[in-house]
Amino acid sequence: MKTDIKLLEKGKRLDGRKPDELRPIKIEAGVLHRAEGSCYLEWGNNKVIAAVYGPREAVPRHTQNPLRAIVNARYNMAAFSVDDRKRPGPDRRSREISKVISEALEHVILVERYPRASIDVNIEVLDAEAGTRCAGLTAAAVALIDAGIPMRDIPVACAAGKIEDTVVLDLGKEEDNYGSADLPIAISPRTGEILLLQMDGHLTLKEFDKALDIAIKGCKKISEIQKKAILEKYQNKKEEK
Amino acid sequence: MTQETRQIVIPSQLLGDIKNKKSGRGTFVENGKIYSEILGVLNDKSEYINVVPLKGIYDPTEKDFIIGVVLEALQSSWLVDINAAYPALLHVNEVPWDVDFGETEKYLNHGDSIMAKILSVDREKKLQITLKDRNLYKIKGGQIIDVEPSKVPRIIGKKGSMISLIKKYTKCRIFVGQNGRIWIEGNDDGVKKVIETIGMIEDQSLSFGLTNKIEELLKKDAKDVH
Repeated sequence: MKTDIKLLEKGKRLDGRKPDELRPIKIEAGVLHRAEGSCYLEWGNNKVIAAVYGPREAVPRHTQNPLRAIVNARYNMAAFSVDDRKRPGPDRRSREISKVISEALEHVILVERYPRASIDVNIEVLDAEAGTRCAGLTAAAVALIDAGIPMRDIPVACAAGKIEDTVVLDLGKEEDNYGSADLPIAISPRTGEILLLQMDGHLTLKEFDKALDIAIKGCKKISEIQKKAILEKYQNKKEEK
Repeated sequence: MTQETRQIVIPSQLLGDIKNKKSGRGTFVENGKIYSEILGVLNDKSEYINVVPLKGIYDPTEKDFIIGVVLEALQSSWLVDINAAYPALLHVNEVPWDVDFGETEKYLNHGDSIMAKILSVDREKKLQITLKDRNLYKIKGGQIIDVEPSKVPRIIGKKGSMISLIKKYTKCRIFVGQNGRIWIEGNDDGVKKVIETIGMIEDQSLSFGLTNKIEELLKKDAKDVH
């Protein structure tokens, strides 16, 4: 897509960030009362809320697996989350994102502990500004821990991309719309395994390697914020006496 | 009380090496290292490293005493919600009454509460419960409150110290189910005090010397009344 906007000028991006700088992130765990676990996350102008229900018996029955639990993530964008009203309900895009997030989470949750059960993760995007699947997955991970579900690792997601022939971390709204590539990934920070990798646009092999490298670095930074958010919630509770 | 604070751990946190410690509850081993798998409180005083969960649903274990709510009466059994991931089955052979086939509804119906014991948990996590044990019966009267299942051991206390304390000062009958349901019966003031006290234990479950603190509080309140 051609545009008159200069996305990168003198090494600074539209919002004044450096190429390898993240948008500000704020995470809060345990915000909903009726859910087993929940999380509210703000990532730049993205506002996402995640809620975890279960493990509970999976319905309908034919979806049950006698050996392990199934993970049902449901990604949904609120009608008011984008500039033009989004038609509510699941569409091709949100079903795809739900599927890839479910599969990413399945790899870190100890699903063998809960045969025949389902773990339901609802991700609601309240305000969108590029990178909502990464924000959603990051929030879902915190909500799962808040729900006390046994996990091998805390998954974390982040995107990298290309604007004006430069590889940058964490695309903003204009960068996503007018840039030339977007590469969202999710990793398991302890082992470095990749849980999700999608790519939109074109990257040379060299650029891809660089983008993957900085995205992983970004993930590790966000991972620290996640851990801090969880500890903050539960350590404070202890000191409130 | 050597340690001042209890350490809170999160999943994937490195806790130790299998060379010097054994992996206990709430932990898993990968490449010779022990990691936490849940959000919980670290306990590594013995040769095992255990993580006691802070949150999470009730994990049914055989011989646990629990409080269940009947969901459905079937031809020769009942389905009972016991606050776990799955409903439990109560067969007519496991109740103290002589129930004719198809007449289960005469004894227990949807919404009835029972005190029960977990009879078996199989590999598929199919649950069976029984009423054939001491003091197990259908609950009539009183009130049931829900607490976080992981806090139940704190409410009972060491060898039942905490719960007998509450019983002593409030003169209420209390039954604590391992699944996080508590049944209370007594006069209104007593029940109110029990609920308050249990709420306090839940909030402060991480502090030390809680039993003494609660005893002081209950004593003070008791004096005010007389």
